[in-house]
Amino acid sequence: MKKLILSILFVPILAIAAEGGYPLDPSPHDPRDLVSMQAGARSFVNYCLGCHGAQYMRYQGLTALGLDEAQIRDNLMFTADKIGEPMRGSMGVKEAKQWFGVAPPDLSVIARSRGADWLYTYLRTFYRDPKTTTGWNNAVFPNVGMPHALWMLQGERRLEVAAPKEGHGHVEYRWSEVSKGAQSATEYDATVRDLVNFLVYVSEPHAASRKAIGVITLFVLGVLFVLAWLLKKEYWKDVK
Amino acid sequence: MGAQLRALWGWFDSRMPSVAEQWKVHAAGYYAPKNFNFWYFFGSLAMLVLGIQIVSGIFLTMNYKPDANLAFGSVEYIMRDVPAGWLIRYIHSTGASAFFIVVYLHMFRGLLYGSYKQPRELVWIFGVLIYLTLMGEAFFGYLLPWGQMSYWGAQVIVNLFGTVPFIGPDLALWIRGDYVVSDATLNRFFALHVIAFPLVLLGLVVAHILALHDVGSNNPDGVEIKKVKGPDGHPLDGIPFHPYYTVKDIMGAVFFLAIFCFIMFFVPEVSGYFLEYNNFIPADPLKTPQHIAPVWYFTPYYSILRAVPPLFHSQFPGVLAMGIATLILFFLPWLDRSPVKSIRYRGTLYKSALALFVAVFLVLGYLGTEPTTVWGQFQDRWDILDTKDVATWVARFCSILYFLFFFLMPWYTARDKVKPVPERVTA
Repeated sequence: MKKLILSILFVPILAIAAEGGYPLDPSPHDPRDLVSMQAGARSFVNYCLGCHGAQYMRYQGLTALGLDEAQIRDNLMFTADKIGEPMRGSMGVKEAKQWFGVAPPDLSVIARSRGADWLYTYLRTFYRDPKTTTGWNNAVFPNVGMPHALWMLQGERRLEVAAPKEGHGHVEYRWSEVSKGAQSATEYDATVRDLVNFLVYVSEPHAASRKAIGVITLFVLGVLFVLAWLLKKEYWKDVK
Repeated sequence: MGAQLRALWGWFDSRMPSVAEQWKVHAAGYYAPKNFNFWYFFGSLAMLVLGIQIVSGIFLTMNYKPDANLAFGSVEYIMRDVPAGWLIRYIHSTGASAFFIVVYLHMFRGLLYGSYKQPRELVWIFGVLIYLTLMGEAFFGYLLPWGQMSYWGAQVIVNLFGTVPFIGPDLALWIRGDYVVSDATLNRFFALHVIAFPLVLLGLVVAHILALHDVGSNNPDGVEIKKVKGPDGHPLDGIPFHPYYTVKDIMGAVFFLAIFCFIMFFVPEVSGYFLEYNNFIPADPLKTPQHIAPVWYFTPYYSILRAVPPLFHSQFPGVLAMGIATLILFFLPWLDRSPVKSIRYRGTLYKSALALFVAVFLVLGYLGTEPTTVWGQFQDRWDILDTKDVATWVARFCSILYFLFFFLMPWYTARDKVKPVPERVTA
């Protein structure tokens, strides 16, 4: 009962928090680009895994990205001892709630719930905002609890939102630079693309084999259909 | 070898002759009209999908955990670690939607050719019971992945029962087994989904087919083929179901499976219609999603529910409207007063009514998947309205038309100018 009352109390707040009309950029990720996914995996363990986990993904599964087990163990495995273990985050849920107000969501299927475009835009639209507790805010996810984990790469930016003029026109977003990051804008976009590519892979590791099996299955069914059609024609010859 | 097999069959047949007898009654000796068209594939396809769902469901049950803490993870475990688990899961999720597509088309066939009319009222009634059971089956099954949409969809639908005057709150509590949708709810829904409802479904399917085979199949001409029999006592316009319709249905099944596999292997989510995006977020009782939409096959009724304004702060009128919208199907055989069955010999009145009904059903279905704000709002000066959402008003208008299709049916079917029905089926 307590839960129910709490949920009713929180509904309006969350409803506002989840809004945001920022236009999404189409994600340029390519599921066939293994090198990009490997780079994404490296960014993921370096920048995301500190707080977030991908608990349904095992380290061993990363062999599908063209890495061998030794490479995975030496370069990517910071939160586990055995290769068969899941990619857990290193932060406890309790501490996380204390520090950020919410536990960082598990990222195993985040690309399926949010979509690649959302992730690609979200990770590129953090801005400095003195009004929030973390000092960061996001254009796609207003008042998000997460600070900008990649700010050393992207640098700090500011966002001005101009309301639409009476009756017509869209909201105008004006970005300005506060400090430079380690990467240029193009390099940073590529980093995020790789990361999104990896997240899309993690959300459904079997997606590639699914399509391959699909092609074979459809071919077999096509042949079978011709046979079934001929059989039907043969039998129905005598129906007048 | 052949002689030995025949001897074995002879041994079996002399001890249990009813097997051969049933085969004769329902397949080799069951005379079906020879003029079945495209619309007659969906009955056998519905049986095929039922089989697919049962088999894939058994394999899912081997790896799924009906526990609020483990359910979401066990589905992901099936998707990742169980050999071919992703395939089994996609078969089952695609099968759920495919079941409704096939059943809706099968029911539409009934409307086209008047298959519910005398003497097939019982066939129709068993069919409607199957449809309602299927809705329950789908609803229970949808909670099992324990995602946000599973959780809140179940919450919303169980709360519908809570709106029933006097007994509502207790009824909702009894269904949930808790004050909110919880582990107890998940466990009982699992039991209902994997054993109770499938059993009922199978029994109803048997009754549906037995009732059909007793009176014989209708056909696109709506002609009773039993009226004209040859010297051998078989209908002149009938052909044995086996082998003619078995080979034809195999062809249909392969074609259907190709479409099924295309969806399953290449677009299993179907842009969030078969697998909703929000359902990849684990259920969170503290976080209500902004927009709760049921899966597409419930949305026409969900639209009707939302369209009806509350009365005395109770949503019950909407729930009642939704209930009537489904239960009214039972009365179709008696609402239709037309002397002819098939659309081929009906007049403009019924044809227009049916076309309008299909359009209305589709619009309601679409609106049910979207928030009520999807088509914007009326101007400010329309202050007398209780809501300015255009979509809500369209849904209200469509809901009225939905009910008028049934309520006015005795009137417009009796008044319709029908064409003469031929003695025999046409080619």
